[in-house]
Amino acid sequence: MATEPSDVLVPDVAPPVGPDIGSAAPTTGGWFDTEPTAVVPFDVAVIGCGPAGLAAACAALAAGVRVALVDAGVRPGGQYWRHRPGDGGEQHHGWPTFVRLRRTVEAAVAAGTLVYLAGHEVWHVERSEHELTIHAVADGAGHEIRARSLVIATGAYDRQLPFPGWTLPGVFTAGAAQAMLKGNGVVVGTRIAVAGTGPFLLPVAAALADAGARVVGVFEAGRPTAFARHPLATLRNVAKLGEGAGYLRALRRHGVPYATRTTVVEALGETDVTGVRVASLTGEWSVVAGSERGIECDAVAVGYGFTPQTELAVQLGCAVDVDRDGSCVVRVDDAQASSVPGVFVAGEACGVGGSELAVAEGEIAGSHAAWGIAPAVADVSALRRPQSRRAAGRAFAAALHDAFPLKAGWQTWLRPDTVVCRCEEVTARRITEVMDELGAADARTVKLLARPGMGLCQGRVCGYATACLVASRTGRELSPGDITGTVSRPIAQPIPLGLVASAPLVPPEES
Amino acid sequence: MTDPGVTAITRERFTIELDGQPVEAEAGQTIAATLIASGHRSWRTTRGAGEPRGVFCGIGICFDCLATVNGRPNVRACLAEARPGDVVTTQDGTGHGDRAI
Repeated sequence: MATEPSDVLVPDVAPPVGPDIGSAAPTTGGWFDTEPTAVVPFDVAVIGCGPAGLAAACAALAAGVRVALVDAGVRPGGQYWRHRPGDGGEQHHGWPTFVRLRRTVEAAVAAGTLVYLAGHEVWHVERSEHELTIHAVADGAGHEIRARSLVIATGAYDRQLPFPGWTLPGVFTAGAAQAMLKGNGVVVGTRIAVAGTGPFLLPVAAALADAGARVVGVFEAGRPTAFARHPLATLRNVAKLGEGAGYLRALRRHGVPYATRTTVVEALGETDVTGVRVASLTGEWSVVAGSERGIECDAVAVGYGFTPQTELAVQLGCAVDVDRDGSCVVRVDDAQASSVPGVFVAGEACGVGGSELAVAEGEIAGSHAAWGIAPAVADVSALRRPQSRRAAGRAFAAALHDAFPLKAGWQTWLRPDTVVCRCEEVTARRITEVMDELGAADARTVKLLARPGMGLCQGRVCGYATACLVASRTGRELSPGDITGTVSRPIAQPIPLGLVASAPLVPPEES
Repeated sequence: MTDPGVTAITRERFTIELDGQPVEAEAGQTIAATLIASGHRSWRTTRGAGEPRGVFCGIGICFDCLATVNGRPNVRACLAEARPGDVVTTQDGTGHGDRAI
């Protein structure tokens, strides 16, 4: 690969079996009215190399097209299959699926039908009348990847709610505790409190305990009883329920207490976590008076569900919705197609639902993305099984979202000096001030006046909380617009300033 | 803290440096993991209140774990894999200087 800034990656592989690009109208929509530019694009680009992205890439390969697989990670697997070289998958669910997908990708790399671009962070995606252009940065240098269709499989990260002391070193997201362990073999503390809401807390706590940490408790803010109202979804996902039961057994074996309607409402310590304050919660998540107690620990792992990474789809103008877990997701149809022709989305970015659902959606998205380029090989009947798995996975995800809702009472845990935006160090008091004294009445104005969400993370961490706080202060319910208003990031990743200046808007001639 | 699934594999060990002090590292680990494994919790202070920060999200989302690595500021320690001889220095503020959003 050239080291010049903003070089254009060209597939140096033979054209695929099937019609030439642009010579036949794709069955699933003529995405581009014109021939591609002089730079030969890939047929399908996939962004993200977790369960959804890997499955999409493999499905596209099966259709015989040329694929670019672009990923920020240094090795495949995404967050779910995060691992170290040489790991045998002991700590992972679905590892055989990962091994199968990885082998397919490796074989395609060897055969020259897939270009795997690890360590490439995508900061912008745009669609011209000719093709889609992906702008990525790797080791400080810019790269452009052009493609005739795109699968966005960018996954999700832990959703966070602020609480006093959450900026102390030693407070980690549940995902960070998991990543340190699975990706690095490092346990983040010796006495660890696990708190938040959702089923993900269980595997994290079990893994920490298995690795030798003393988990002082799993504090689940919700009371997950809603499963009883979803018997069908539950029945079709017995294996996943078995997984959950397995984690609970592991926790019991380690003597880890599991408490519901309870959470960590403060992390204690001066420069490092020395303990937590735990409280019982009402159904609306207010602290039950007199229920607070201190627990000594040196680390906290906390997470309140997940936030899908939708900014690349939003850059392209894809329509978004608010899912039943309150997160902004990209709207997709049965083919996993977004509202923008040629752009497909799979996995958590179109609805948080776990790895098996992500794989099914990836297979469907990758197939349709490829069939649009090579309609002669389209075989819709091949998608019956992933479609069935997708239906079951979505039903189960819906049941989980209903069982672990976020309740507005978390806002009462804050004190005036509690930091809400970690990057810009914006306190709850400052947000209140600009609303009460300067008249800010919506999240965007609050952002401009008080700067929450204006730091390097661009509101990924505090966006949801700020939207909730602003809505509450104006005395109204959180609206879909409040949520979708937090996800616009025209430049998805901080990039060297010179890169913006040097990125050509017009593609150079192929050399 | 033992993990049979991990310790069964022999991995190359080497040394990196944090503010002039040697830190033991293992091949494949990120700089953040290496620092946490050796007892460090924070390696940056915030621009405003000067509060200590280290790893929060662990996956490159939050930018709390910024460090200067081999002279390059604002490296996310949770993403950068440790290499033999890496020189890591603690950082004050976010050093917005060379990055745009």
